[in-house]
Amino acid sequence: MHLTVILRITGSLLTLFSFAFLLPVLVALGYGENTLPTFFSAFAITLISGLVLWLPLRGNRDLRGGDGFLVTALFYLGLGVFGAIPFWLADATDLTFTDSVFESISGLTTTGATTIIGLDNLPKSLLLYRQMLQWMGGMGIIVLAVAIFPMLGIGGMQLYRTESAGPIKDNKLTPRITETAKALWYIYIGLTAACACAYWFAGMSGFDAISHSFSTVSIGGFSTHDTSLGFFDSAAVEAVAIVFMVLSGINFALHFLVWRRRNPIHYFRDMEVRAYLLVLMFVAIVVCTLLSLNPSSSSQPWRDGLFQAVSITTTTGFTTAQFAAWPSVAPIVLLFAAFAGGCAGSTAGGIKIIRVVMIYLQGMREVKRLIHPNGVFSIKLGRNSVPNRLIDAVWSFFSVYVFFFLLSVCALMAVGQLDFITAFSAVGACLNNLGPGLGDVAVNYTSITAEVKWILMFNMVLGRLEIFTLLVLLTPAYWRR
Amino acid sequence: MKILILGAGQVGGTLAESLAKESFDITLVDHDTARLRELGSRLDIQTIEGAASHPDVLQRAGADDADILVAVTSSDEVNIVACQVCYSMFRTPTKIARIRSGAYLSQNTLFDKHHVPIDRLINPEQVVTDQITELLSHPGALEVLDFADGRVQLVAMRAYLGGPLVGQALRFLSEHMPNVDTRVAAVFRRGQPIIPTGDTVIETDDEVFFIAAREHITAVMGELRKAEKPYRRVLIAGGGNIGARLAADTENDYDVRIMEVNAERAQDLADQLNSAVVIQGSATDRDLLLEENIDQCDAFCAVTDDDEINVMSSLMAKRLGVRQVVTLIGKTAYVDLVQGGEIDVAISPQQATIGTLLSYVRRADVARVHSLRRGAAEAIEAIAHGDRNSSKVVGRRISEIKLPAGATIGAIVRDNQVLIAHDDVIVASDDHVILFLVDKGQIGAVERLFQVGLTFF
Repeated sequence: MHLTVILRITGSLLTLFSFAFLLPVLVALGYGENTLPTFFSAFAITLISGLVLWLPLRGNRDLRGGDGFLVTALFYLGLGVFGAIPFWLADATDLTFTDSVFESISGLTTTGATTIIGLDNLPKSLLLYRQMLQWMGGMGIIVLAVAIFPMLGIGGMQLYRTESAGPIKDNKLTPRITETAKALWYIYIGLTAACACAYWFAGMSGFDAISHSFSTVSIGGFSTHDTSLGFFDSAAVEAVAIVFMVLSGINFALHFLVWRRRNPIHYFRDMEVRAYLLVLMFVAIVVCTLLSLNPSSSSQPWRDGLFQAVSITTTTGFTTAQFAAWPSVAPIVLLFAAFAGGCAGSTAGGIKIIRVVMIYLQGMREVKRLIHPNGVFSIKLGRNSVPNRLIDAVWSFFSVYVFFFLLSVCALMAVGQLDFITAFSAVGACLNNLGPGLGDVAVNYTSITAEVKWILMFNMVLGRLEIFTLLVLLTPAYWRR
Repeated sequence: MKILILGAGQVGGTLAESLAKESFDITLVDHDTARLRELGSRLDIQTIEGAASHPDVLQRAGADDADILVAVTSSDEVNIVACQVCYSMFRTPTKIARIRSGAYLSQNTLFDKHHVPIDRLINPEQVVTDQITELLSHPGALEVLDFADGRVQLVAMRAYLGGPLVGQALRFLSEHMPNVDTRVAAVFRRGQPIIPTGDTVIETDDEVFFIAAREHITAVMGELRKAEKPYRRVLIAGGGNIGARLAADTENDYDVRIMEVNAERAQDLADQLNSAVVIQGSATDRDLLLEENIDQCDAFCAVTDDDEINVMSSLMAKRLGVRQVVTLIGKTAYVDLVQGGEIDVAISPQQATIGTLLSYVRRADVARVHSLRRGAAEAIEAIAHGDRNSSKVVGRRISEIKLPAGATIGAIVRDNQVLIAHDDVIVASDDHVILFLVDKGQIGAVERLFQVGLTFF
């Protein structure tokens, strides 16, 4: 274990992160807001802490394979704590330490669960900072998901490589991780810019357009208004949001391929994308049908149904209607769809479509084995068969995911005295990095106790880091190696 | 004509045997002394021991004056190098090589005289696979052979009670099906050939060879036996090269199951194939066959590399109720033993290969040769050249052509058009004439018939 090397890397990340406070500083200057000292002190604290960890620990030892788990976890936990500083210090919010960290981690993990009421009255600099947290979190996630997790081999994340091995000859997009990261970030930034322009054309103010583009492309779901995207009440805005949520839920490695080949046909050749679009369509149809059967629940069932279906299934968490109050199974269908989430290698949360597909194929294989007891069957994604090692990884991922989900639900009910629906949906919303839940947490998370919030924060990071990254760190074997 | 054969394996050996009987000068090269001695003592051929691709060995084998080189060693690479050496050093005019690996075969530009100088690639596994695929698409057929790129097919089948034509004279065929033109090329009754005329009466159990355009085959088959339902379920025994190819080629058209005894190979197959179901187990395991509902299967193809297993599993499958069995048999001696008994069709990879080679050794312009009935009969697609003066066929009615006994003209293909050979059809230059010979002894006469007088060349 090279703790010094790891701390040094965390230090350099913190130093880098500290500069993120400078943009809100500029905004505060521009709008003449009183948050200037808040962000400046946040900048100073983070920069100094970063430099203290970074500079003294010179020495150029390389990271070893397993160190990636710790670095990744520290990245999210460290930034989570330091990112909370402005919320804690700002006069406008008046949040406790727990709430501040909750808000910060919810942002960085692109969850979108909030403890702040009265967003519309907050200083613009603080609002923008909140959106930026999500955007940066998304940026981290695509690189983690496309480059780092497959390297660490988490939960069968090598999968999508098997799938895209055909068109991309080499396993990696580009030979070096830094190059891959750069390519992905260009796409990410490009998508964000396109999204911001589209919002602006759809009628948002410049500030809102940029802010919302940050939380759309990162599949975060933070908004600058308490009523989320419902504030705008504009079909154009919702259409833009739907398009960019769907796009952001697609594997960024695939975006890269399409961009490089200049041929969108690759989207439809990808099995995961096809399954993803199918799931979205299915959920939208079910929800819309349920809504139109109950005219009292919504005045525009198709528009509301479609938007909520896309927003919740991709785990973004924007809302234009109180879907928690919708009749029959609609809210539950939406919450379950969020478990499937988006594609691997995107900014979406959840179990990921590819794993769901794998589990389905595995189930079908079992059926075939019963019919042909001596049959030999292999699981295939497209034309490539998937090694059993990966199928094991996917199964373990799924079972651990479900186990942690159930454990957390029980913990919430025990610790926070919550009713089942609230506990169930809160954990579902946080573990899947969705945001809004049902019951008491349908709009925000202000009504729950601090202990519950810590459990939920743990769930957010657990979900974002594909569970095993964090789980590995919690085993004695990791520290003994 | 001097023919150099490299590789004395099953194909090489059978080839040498069959060509030596036709009085060609055969030289056989192999590194297996015992095998060479065995063949050399039995056949009138020259044998050379050594590495087949080495220039000195080829020189000793007389590559400088060989007319045809046939490279059929077990290694693709040796075959390729041998052809290259013969091309560069000995200027051998015709080079034929067996290439089995799909990685080479899929390269269209690789095999020409500037790169790898091979004139004709033969791939027995592919030939056998194609034959079986054709058989599966024509239920009841014993043999389906292509001529003129598949526009014309020669089909062999057994006549059964219940076919409208059975018990009738052949001339009723055209009355029965006025829109379908066909010609019965030969009838074998209890193994003996009958040259069919309009008065020939088809009896039950006759083996009938007829020629028709591809689209008419099914209609003609319906005349000779009750129309069979198309096959749906196919069970393939053996997941070797042939089995794997066959499964891959047929899995989209049929409900295919393939049995392979080796667990690792079975896993490989499962990885390669999409809808075909791979069963790990032996094809001679009766319980396994029952478990896979063999009685509900339409066709059983035994294509392992072991003749005995193929025969035994086919017999068992037939007893257990499968509709038709197709059995791959390498040993020529076995073919006569089994075919026509419980085993419906026996396919020999050697015979399939020999047909391809024969089209090169015939002394006339021959596009296609199919060796039939264990080499006793032959179907030939010859191209007529010249004019009425220089040729013995061009410009003449079919009834005027002096065919040797036992030969019939079945069809003529003229510029993509299929003409069934009735007596009044006049042969033109460049026509592809499809002939059927019940007795291979007459091959010389047919060759002479299609040779053009000296003035032409």
